[in-house]
Amino acid sequence: MTYEAVIGLEVHVQLKTATKLFCGCRNEFGAEPNSRVCPVCLGLPGALPVPNEAAVIQTILTGLMMGSSIRPRAKFDRKNYFYPDMPKNYQISQYDQPLCLGGEVSLPVLAFPKDAQKEPQALAGKKVRLVRIHLEEDVGKSFHLENCSGIDFNRAGTPLMEIVTEADLTTPEEAFALLTTIREILRYGKVSDVDMEKGQLRCDVNISVRPVGTEAFGTKREIKNLNSISAVRRALKHEIQSQIELVSSGGTVVQETLRWDDARGETIPMRTKEQAHDYRYFPDPDLLPIRTEGRLRTEAERRMPELPETKKSRLRETYGLSEYQASVLASDPPLADYFEKAARSTRNPLTLANLTLNDYLALRQDSPDPMSIPPEYFGQLADLVSDGTLNSRQGREVLAILIQAPRPPKEIAQERGLTQISDSQVLEEFCREAIAANPKSVADFKGGKAAAINSLKGFVMKKTRGQANPQRIHELLESLLREP
Amino acid sequence: MSIAFATIHELRKQLLAKEVHPKEVVESLLDRISSVDSRIKAYNYLHPERALESAEKADVSLPLGGIPIAVKDLISVRGEPCTCSSRLLEGYIAPYDATVIERLRAAGAILLGRTNMDEFAMGSSTENSAWGVTRNPWDLSRVPGGSSGGSAAAVAAQEAIAALGSDTGGSIRQPAAFCGCVGLKPTYGRVSRYGLTAFASSLDQIGPLTKTVADAGLLLEIIAGADPRDNTCEPEPAPSFSTKLGEEIRGMTLGVPKEYFVSGMDPEVEAAMQKAIAHLEGLGAILREISLPHTPYSIATYYLVATAEASANLARFDGMRYGRRAPGCNDLLETYGRTRDEGFGREVKRRILLGTYSLSSGYYDAYYLRAQKVRMRIREDFLTAFRDCQAIVTPTSPMPAFRLGERTEDPLQMYLADIFTIAVNLAGLCAISLPCGFTQAGLPIGLQIIGPMRKEETVLQVGYAYEQSTSWHTLRPPLG
Amino acid sequence: MDHSVPTVGIDVAYVAGLARLRLSPEEIETFGNQLEQVLAYVKKLEEVDVQDVVLAGEEKGFQNRLRLDLALPELSPNEALENAPQQRGGLFLVPRIIE
Repeated sequence: MTYEAVIGLEVHVQLKTATKLFCGCRNEFGAEPNSRVCPVCLGLPGALPVPNEAAVIQTILTGLMMGSSIRPRAKFDRKNYFYPDMPKNYQISQYDQPLCLGGEVSLPVLAFPKDAQKEPQALAGKKVRLVRIHLEEDVGKSFHLENCSGIDFNRAGTPLMEIVTEADLTTPEEAFALLTTIREILRYGKVSDVDMEKGQLRCDVNISVRPVGTEAFGTKREIKNLNSISAVRRALKHEIQSQIELVSSGGTVVQETLRWDDARGETIPMRTKEQAHDYRYFPDPDLLPIRTEGRLRTEAERRMPELPETKKSRLRETYGLSEYQASVLASDPPLADYFEKAARSTRNPLTLANLTLNDYLALRQDSPDPMSIPPEYFGQLADLVSDGTLNSRQGREVLAILIQAPRPPKEIAQERGLTQISDSQVLEEFCREAIAANPKSVADFKGGKAAAINSLKGFVMKKTRGQANPQRIHELLESLLREP
Repeated sequence: MSIAFATIHELRKQLLAKEVHPKEVVESLLDRISSVDSRIKAYNYLHPERALESAEKADVSLPLGGIPIAVKDLISVRGEPCTCSSRLLEGYIAPYDATVIERLRAAGAILLGRTNMDEFAMGSSTENSAWGVTRNPWDLSRVPGGSSGGSAAAVAAQEAIAALGSDTGGSIRQPAAFCGCVGLKPTYGRVSRYGLTAFASSLDQIGPLTKTVADAGLLLEIIAGADPRDNTCEPEPAPSFSTKLGEEIRGMTLGVPKEYFVSGMDPEVEAAMQKAIAHLEGLGAILREISLPHTPYSIATYYLVATAEASANLARFDGMRYGRRAPGCNDLLETYGRTRDEGFGREVKRRILLGTYSLSSGYYDAYYLRAQKVRMRIREDFLTAFRDCQAIVTPTSPMPAFRLGERTEDPLQMYLADIFTIAVNLAGLCAISLPCGFTQAGLPIGLQIIGPMRKEETVLQVGYAYEQSTSWHTLRPPLG
Repeated sequence: MDHSVPTVGIDVAYVAGLARLRLSPEEIETFGNQLEQVLAYVKKLEEVDVQDVVLAGEEKGFQNRLRLDLALPELSPNEALENAPQQRGGLFLVPRIIE
């Protein structure tokens, strides 16, 4: 019997706000322990929460970006359980009236891991349905010391958005693709930096397996607190395999909550008691409900960006780019914006895209801000390359100079004598000289060795100090050698 | 007569005329406290040096300049303990001021000390305190009421000029009635709860306990008004509540709920109430019978809503970040369990259990949600009633102060004593309690005047008219 | 007041566990009986017709009260830790958390 996995995700994302969700403490990673706290986020007697408008708007915006329905009225609830990293021993969350319901995320090919991009699952264009998106407060950070634990409450009360998917996923690669896509959308909306190192994306996964073709769900197990996209893939691979092994050898899966040890590549059952799931949710009497219609929704709509998939197809259609070029540009919205500005000054956007994706990105790695080049110069450079005035190596050279001191690229090329020689008469003279000086190569060529033309080309390039248009030389040499 | 016996209004005049110095006021109160508080135990905590220091610098031109105010021990004052009369908060020093404390300070008030209460405001007798019981100044064998019993007893015993209390189901009004002083529960949302240790967030309000109605109005004016730190606080600035003081009540319609005179009322309370009604009629008010049909459900509703909220509000008291942690525990669960077992008194545990149970899996709809819906019915009762009257008059409590220890282990009997005050909190209304007579044994009886939401000036107007035409408020307990 | 036989069964130990209250057997029994009485009493709420009740906060014409995303002064680490029953290295120390 073959089995398939049924996977659902709960994705927790830290929002990019200046302050915490219910108090004015700074929402900041890496500060001195317990230096970003106040009576509210320490849960001192008498302190009261007041919701941060920006966090609400960002959650609504996320819902809009993912096609959710924004509820006209939402409320906050208390989720009750005791844990030392949670100051009030209840978490303010949203239970039955979240800000966003439903929604959908489609999985583009390039969101899949590289080694799976050619597989049918990557090409299927699957759409994953969302259950809901809600807003809640994060807990503090605990450190395990020798005989006790130490707690830093700087993170306590920072805004955390939870995106819950339907159990629509069937493979670890789909889960990977979903998270990659979600990350890109969130960055587009400037809702979160989704920096894994800082734990800005954490994920709980629910997994069950069932024989292919059956409808009923198997017993699910939950793996909590996965903190990177690749860890999700690894943990799922491991868990699916062990569930299938268990079931196919006649065993039964027991409902359980697990923790993933990424270093050891195994899951470990968590020692949380069953009664911890009796969360006793009820509406938080300290907080008024939230009405999203009006200002909050309008503000979220105003901030709505062009979405990655829309941008990709527009880049393809407008500039004739390949799927790959469009995806790489779209994955970096500031770069895509820059490209589009530069494209206004060129006749050949495809050359511009090549320059951007090859030379420009390479340069960007060691120079802080290549975007300081005025986009029109960058466009003009693309023209110089595409019309043959500069070859690609020369183009790269001019680009390097442009970054240092922006000037019209034509000026730089002339000044440095970099202009490519495309004048046929001039080139023909060089070619005749090459033929006269290399009788052996000429003989080889005429004897059927097509590659022999390369040494003639090399001669011309050397004579012209690399300024000759290689394409033109090739053509000229060929026709001269074929002359009777 | 001792300065300590003065009202805020009287003291203001004397201070402005420089007949007394703020320091003398504080000294006089400290004298009074040292001579009577060993019998009453109204205060948990005093800070004489700091009070004298503030008196030295007091600016008497401010609205409460140089006036000492006592504060119930569950309101946060920067640098001071805030024990809520619980062992669990032993050693805790609040690092911030409640909004009402900021406002008292800005108005020039002197913070004298912290008054005793039922632990976490849970109780009607101030017997549930980790620091000992407070006694009723009129009869030391009786309770002062609760949970703001320390504040009421301090004002009645002339150990405070005025005090702040908090009222979740009658915790200002009932002790005011038992001790023969004035207590005002403002409309929900009128006074910021920021810094008030929460018992039941949707019911709690801070309010004044004073010697006169005019003082209650003045103190309320200082503490009320919008606060961006409390999401449930009304965004409008507080109006002047005292504008109608002295306006006559002739022609005003006052409702008397028929459901409040049916069962279990002490005959002396009932008689005093009838006299008070006759007196108000004598002042020209039109008394009319009204109906609040959901009255029989108010106690059940209250105990479900309040305990559910409390079970979550009190979860934070776990000995992890502040307060007393049980020593010598082996693991986390034992630490939680023993800290909370040793830290909380019986009444608090009882209510946490009830609240936890009613929210637990499978019971939410039957208990908490239903109670919230019945609560809306109770609110509708009042909205309907207020179409026919401008205020409602009732006894504050069905009985006068009871004896210490009389009701501690019968929670239901204890809860039933709050029958007349609870509905006001459930409906979010404002109400005042003021003295309207004494029993033969010399125990004060309280009259409650309930107003619609945001109509504090009306209850103050009616209360003032009654007070100024009677002499109950001039009587003092026999403490020597 | 009717103090007759309780009508609801409460698992006091379970509820106390949820609330992290360690109760003695005596307390479990006493509180159990008292809670049964209170719950029998609150059963009377079932008499009330609550159909079509609009809960508070669900009324029309309600206005949001949100906070702008502006920083306010925090406590210093010293102030924050001042009340900690145990602290070290700027952290609140608690009994070991087991996952």
